[in-house]
Amino acid sequence: MKRVTARRKNQNLNPEKEPARLDIINASMGYRGQLVIENLSLQIAHGALVAVVGPNGAGKSTLFKALVGLLPLKSGSIFIHGQPLGNHMDCVAYIPQREEVDWRFPVTVRDVVQMGRFGRLGWVRRPSLKDHQIVLRSLEQMGIAHLAESSINDLSGGQQQRVFLARALAQEPHILLMDEPFTGVDALTQEITLALIDELHRQQVTVLVSTHDLNMAAQRFSQVVLLNHRLIAAGSPQEVFTQENIRQAFSGQVLLMENGAVVVDQCCPPDSPIYK
Amino acid sequence: MAELLITPLSYEFMQRGLLAALLVGILCSIVGCYVVLRSMAFLGDALAHAVLPGVAVAYLLHGNLLLGAIIAAIIVALGISMFSRQGTIREDTAIGILFSAALSLGIVLISSIRTYALDLSHILFGNVLGVSPLDLWMTAFLGLMVLITIIIFFRPFMVVSFDPVLAFTLRMPVGLLRTMMLVLLALTIVISMQTVGVGLVAAMLVTPGATAYLLTRRLSMMMIISALFGAISSLIGLYISYYANVASGAAVVLTSTLFFLVAYLFSPQRGALWDLMRTRRGK
Repeated sequence: MKRVTARRKNQNLNPEKEPARLDIINASMGYRGQLVIENLSLQIAHGALVAVVGPNGAGKSTLFKALVGLLPLKSGSIFIHGQPLGNHMDCVAYIPQREEVDWRFPVTVRDVVQMGRFGRLGWVRRPSLKDHQIVLRSLEQMGIAHLAESSINDLSGGQQQRVFLARALAQEPHILLMDEPFTGVDALTQEITLALIDELHRQQVTVLVSTHDLNMAAQRFSQVVLLNHRLIAAGSPQEVFTQENIRQAFSGQVLLMENGAVVVDQCCPPDSPIYK
Repeated sequence: MAELLITPLSYEFMQRGLLAALLVGILCSIVGCYVVLRSMAFLGDALAHAVLPGVAVAYLLHGNLLLGAIIAAIIVALGISMFSRQGTIREDTAIGILFSAALSLGIVLISSIRTYALDLSHILFGNVLGVSPLDLWMTAFLGLMVLITIIIFFRPFMVVSFDPVLAFTLRMPVGLLRTMMLVLLALTIVISMQTVGVGLVAAMLVTPGATAYLLTRRLSMMMIISALFGAISSLIGLYISYYANVASGAAVVLTSTLFFLVAYLFSPQRGALWDLMRTRRGK
């Protein structure tokens, strides 16, 4: 906790005076010739714990990619700490979906976690003792210290995910974006991921997690953002998860039962842009 | 035995040839690691052929062939990077277009030179034994530049190859780094052409790297092992070429292919032979 505050002061970002936050103003984003998200305006307070939900292809990954600057905005703007994107070295960490990485690349678990320090180290400087300690602590926190010298190719899906979580930890971000961290991983990894999210929340890191698990979103997150190509609703789970909002977001994939239960089938509408 | 190794060294052209082959073997193998990991084998081959018009123009103008080749390769590398960066066409398509255009231009120019068969066959097939002292110096200088750049940029190159998204979040100049890697590749290919020839540069780039990939799980180690295989293949290939009187480039490439096959079958973790035995035992 102390460490985080000290670092923020170093970067002239004093959370007491200027609330660190994420400001999305009228942003439209998408790929070549196709808008995925239109006119999104959203304010996320410093240290918030946010679940981003919506049907497949609603633009959850697109939003994250725009937030790290990977996908240029079509219009509108995004401010982090009151400054436009691109003015920060590495205060945003992004944990991609596992399929986005080449797992056959010859690097060890330790190598990957160490990459989280590269933003601070620059291009040539050797890692200091402190860097090594942070890497080791991140590995331990994720329960993969014993795998440090293994090739990433030899890991299970859950272990691979924990490597990326450890890297994000080593990065010491202000904002952490996690794209579908609960999909296709074992129960242990899910628990470790949730524990990490809680821990970062205590450290006042802003955490955004995209997920299909509406129950988890309702129970483990203080805020929910419901997307479907545009913002349907944002706020506390109670405010967001109304029948009307869910019907708007999931349309034909929703079945409202007479006893008030809502059934949502999130799988794969054939026209979803992620398949194009 | 020792005599067999030393005798050829009494010829000055053989000394130069050996040095050039060693330099090129090491350089290609190290740069080739990126080629293997980023699946750029096609690009390597394309760049090698794309230098032809540069060579032809240099020849027509009585200029330095190496310089002509370098300019042509860099132009094509930048062209590929420009076409594919805008996202209008995929990178492999951009490579295909520029590569065949440059090759055709090269053929048109070369076929207008009457005596090309004699003079330009060196470029096509390589002739390490015809390396002049000036060529050797230039090879050494350019090779050293490429290697120093790789050492300085080892970290950003690794991140860009492994996880471009992280490179973006770390605010690395991803486009610039990719272009730099292309230019390094282009330089390496040109430097190597004289030794192994246009047709075989791609093999020199890919084979030692692929061999090393089977034997290690760290990029730095992969580069060192790859360089070792590249150097050894070059030496053995050159001696074979001397004694059996066969084309030097082909001898080098075949030697390195042999190493690859051995590694493919017997690599401790990934060897095909062990896999086979394991499945047998499983039955």
